[in-house]
Amino acid sequence: MATDALTISGLHAYYGDSHVLYGVDFALKPSRVLALLGRNGAGKTTCISSIMGLLPPRKGEIKLFGKTVSGLPPETISRMGIGLVPQGRRIFPTLSVRENLIVAAQRQSEGEKPWNLDRIYDLFPRMSERRNQLAGSLSGGEQQMLAIGRALMSNPKVLLLDEPSEGLAPLIVQEVGRTVQRLKDEGQAIILVEQNSQLALEVADQVVILNTGEVAFDGTVEDVRANPDLITQNLGVFHGH
Amino acid sequence: MQSSQTRTVLALLAVVLVGALGFSYIASIRSAQFAIVQTLNSLALGGLLFLLAAGFSLIFGLMRLANLTHGALFMLGAYIGANIMRSYEGVSLWVAMLGSGILVALMGGVLERFVLRKLSSNSLGQVLVTLGMSFIIADACLIIWGGDPIPVPTPPDLRAPIRLFGYAFPTYRLAVVVLAIVAAVALYLLLERTRLGAMIRAGVDDMAMARAVGIPVSKLFTAVFMLGAGIAGAAGVLGGPIMSAYPGLDADMLPLALIVVILGGVGSLFGAFVGSFIIGFVYTFGTALLPDLAYVILFLPMILVIAFRPQGLFGRIAA
Repeated sequence: MATDALTISGLHAYYGDSHVLYGVDFALKPSRVLALLGRNGAGKTTCISSIMGLLPPRKGEIKLFGKTVSGLPPETISRMGIGLVPQGRRIFPTLSVRENLIVAAQRQSEGEKPWNLDRIYDLFPRMSERRNQLAGSLSGGEQQMLAIGRALMSNPKVLLLDEPSEGLAPLIVQEVGRTVQRLKDEGQAIILVEQNSQLALEVADQVVILNTGEVAFDGTVEDVRANPDLITQNLGVFHGH
Repeated sequence: MQSSQTRTVLALLAVVLVGALGFSYIASIRSAQFAIVQTLNSLALGGLLFLLAAGFSLIFGLMRLANLTHGALFMLGAYIGANIMRSYEGVSLWVAMLGSGILVALMGGVLERFVLRKLSSNSLGQVLVTLGMSFIIADACLIIWGGDPIPVPTPPDLRAPIRLFGYAFPTYRLAVVVLAIVAAVALYLLLERTRLGAMIRAGVDDMAMARAVGIPVSKLFTAVFMLGAGIAGAAGVLGGPIMSAYPGLDADMLPLALIVVILGGVGSLFGAFVGSFIIGFVYTFGTALLPDLAYVILFLPMILVIAFRPQGLFGRIAA
């Protein structure tokens, strides 16, 4: 049996004194997309911050291809192979588009087709056009592409995408969806956090639903589609169509 | 918002301009030679202040750490440079500057790695420790080099004043200004044109995110601290022929550097550059013309800036 790309077991996380995650377990298989869904405040972003090491877990273990990453500083976790596209994008506003990408470059040689500046410009031609523009002056959609490109520059083994469609126009959301699909086709393992469950279900293989800091459901996309109540109960939205 | 900020900047610049014109008017009443010498003194002091303030500002911008040891590192650099030149006959000021800069940079590295690193989440602790370290360094200098000022000889080539249009221009002060400008350009290129510089700016923009994309922030902190310390140490030697090395040099320089940084804007290299020369002029002409009011004249622009533009003339972070 192949090693899981990312294993999370018994994860407890706190913001100060407030307990946010209560023993979360799930695992991501290599080259798969896992959609992490849940209401606002269910603990999705906390989960992502814990994986990245930005919020060190109080209890539990996180493993990347069998190697423990929990407890390590974020820069080490990044270098071990986890890439983050954070909620709110958080590109470096006073750096140019090109600088945003080159400061994140790592591991040039690994993999068959490593990500580099040229390949990111191929993926997002708009970034190439705006390479010398300050990132802070980009539109929201462009900033999202830059944030994805920046995360890819580290050639991550697992990519964390935290609400990539948040606050974007429908056309741009479609483009983000296409990008995620393309990365999946290239074999990139992805954890995708989304409020837009439709977008997430289109591209995901596996779905984990968090409810008040615990895993309420862990199964395949087919399971979710066969059981629409899951979405209504745990996400509090009617899943039309 | 944008336009009100612009107006504040323009108003402040106008105040400074009027002040400078006033000073030069007074100076012209005294004599042209007086004005020339004081102007060059101002520029030389401004250049030295820039070398001090640039490091201070860079360290604060990246690490959010007010390094109050910076004045002491300047003084330590001056003493080490004076000592090198006294001990080894024939060593030029430039070699002494390099040696002293490297030694002070190494000391800064030790201070950052083994003391400040332990206090990374405690900013009050950091301020107190850096202040304490500056006292320790000052006392150590007093023990090692005694209480008498140690002169630093001016390089022989730069001793004779340059004569132009019948006036004498002090050559060494001109050299200090040129060196400061060269250092400013070098620092600008390092920060704006290299990947290392982009990493430093990324850290200033969003520290947590910089770490999450794999920027080795910890190494960056040490490198920037060593760079700032090294420049301060080298600046101490460069200022030696003008100020010499004496007990209290640290306490004379640190407040000036702080004023420069608050005036120009924390974390802004350009702000440090402009602020240094403004303070260089204000302080030099203030002490020469109105010695009783020198400190009022010095602190007034800073108070105005804190009151009306807390992030400084060119900064983005509120001091």
